Amino acid sequence: MNREDFPMLDEDIIYLDNGATSLKPKCVIDKMIEYYSKYSANAHRGDYDISYKVDSEYEGTREKVAKFLNADSDEIIFTSGATDSLNMIATGFFGPLIEAGDEILITTSEHASNVLPWFRLQNKYGAVVKYIPLDSNYHVTLDNVKKMVTPNTKVIALAQITNVIGDLRPIKEICKFAHENNIFVVVDGAQSVPHQKVDVKDLDCDFLAFSAHKMYGPTGLGILYGKRELLESLEPVNLGGGMNESFDSPSEILLKELPTRLEAGTPPIAGVIAFGQTIDYLNKLGMDKINERELYLRKYLVDKLIKIPYIDIINLEADSGIVSFNVEGIFSQDVAFYLNKYKVCVRAGNHCAKILKNATKVTNSLRVSLAFYNTESEIDTLVELLANKDKILKEML
Amino acid sequence: MDPEIKREIIMEHYQNPIHKHHVDDDSYDMVNTANSSCIDNLNIYIKFEGDVIKDIAFEGEACAISISSTSIMIENLIGKTREEALNIIDNFENMINEKDYEEEVLGNAIVYSDIYKQNSRKSCAFLPYRGLREALTNKGLN
Ligand SMILES: Cc1ncc(COP(=O)(O)O)c(C=O)c1O
Repeated sequence: MNREDFPMLDEDIIYLDNGATSLKPKCVIDKMIEYYSKYSANAHRGDYDISYKVDSEYEGTREKVAKFLNADSDEIIFTSGATDSLNMIATGFFGPLIEAGDEILITTSEHASNVLPWFRLQNKYGAVVKYIPLDSNYHVTLDNVKKMVTPNTKVIALAQITNVIGDLRPIKEICKFAHENNIFVVVDGAQSVPHQKVDVKDLDCDFLAFSAHKMYGPTGLGILYGKRELLESLEPVNLGGGMNESFDSPSEILLKELPTRLEAGTPPIAGVIAFGQTIDYLNKLGMDKINERELYLRKYLVDKLIKIPYIDIINLEADSGIVSFNVEGIFSQDVAFYLNKYKVCVRAGNHCAKILKNATKVTNSLRVSLAFYNTESEIDTLVELLANKDKILKEML
Repeated sequence: MDPEIKREIIMEHYQNPIHKHHVDDDSYDMVNTANSSCIDNLNIYIKFEGDVIKDIAFEGEACAISISSTSIMIENLIGKTREEALNIIDNFENMINEKDYEEEVLGNAIVYSDIYKQNSRKSCAFLPYRGLREALTNKGLN
């Protein structure tokens, strides 16, 4: 659907690595060019017309993102990516709060960006990172969350959709239970916000992090959503221009209000402005439609893959466009090299979820991550290429 | 060498690699070699007798190029002195980087002479040599 909107689809490739980064519609690319060629000035400095224009476009995106997530504008912070957002949350909010013995609940299927910042709190402050057990499909259940919660649990940090298993976590239920027990919930939305409707008020999560580039927007930009009262006590990790009101000496520093306080330095202006177009574009398509299309494509792929006897699908059950699998007896990277010869782009590896292997006993896999612009015929090509094991073995070198 | 023969040698060493097993013997040194860009991860075990490489074995998970390259390297290096081995590693490195090299010392490893055409595969082919070089120069041993 809407393939004509994506210039990259004119290239002679089959792009099935949308979980790594997505393609960008022309309206987003055009908007970046517009900024660089028509009003290329800095933000928040404006004493002249084009700088004023930058400010209004920049803040316009913030309002669009806020509305998209059902948040308020000053709860939306522009960061450099989901990774940056998660680090700000862990270091800036939980760092000052956490005490030795406090427990942080994550899972083994989190992305490195939702593991390592928490490991740091363990190493630095003596907090304890614990893992919510996954069920036989590698999913998180509310029951398993409940089993792991103790009076020391401070925060539960989970991807809403994980990047290898592609499972959708019951975030709303987890938030409700967590809040009844005075526990914060951090949601890594890197793989969910691009593919389904996410309403922060409905979920009632405390923080949400995601990247623009995985949702048909520019690289170098991420979003950090936080409930306003929590963001108020998030200590800026970066200090510098734009975020201070005044400073005369180390003891006399006055910082700006939210959200500016958390956006030190010159932000990725072109990216932010173009991201406004992404939001308009997604609203026009409709997130429900996108989700429906991607789930349909997933089923279409899985129904075909399952018929190939030597293919092991790791995540048969998943509510996303992510399908992870292995070709029996052939190393995932060799299969990816083979597919690349036919210009089919899929990912091989451990997908930055290095501790997941303990749970799945699979150290690495191939991952197809679909987007709404993928087609049945692209999937047919992939399946045809995989359906001949001799050909893979013959051509993988 | 005919590309089809190269392919057959690589596949043979991938599907039936030599000395691919765990080693639990103090007389061996172990070095781990891994590709940060991909997922290849090998442990290489080496036993010296004086200055001579008496035995090499390996274990781990890696792609066809890394596994076959390790197997071919082992075939070639057992019985060589440290100096000879380092010379072979240098020549192999030169070959995959399109520099001048002595074909005679490389044995079957010349099957990777065209690997420079696939940039992403170069580091796979070189992986065991990198590990061995570390072991021979006594860095990264554990
Ligand atoms: C679940 C998840 N979280 C976080 C990230 C990190 O995103 P970024 O690299 O854009 O910061 C990713 C990216 O792969 C991801 O899949």
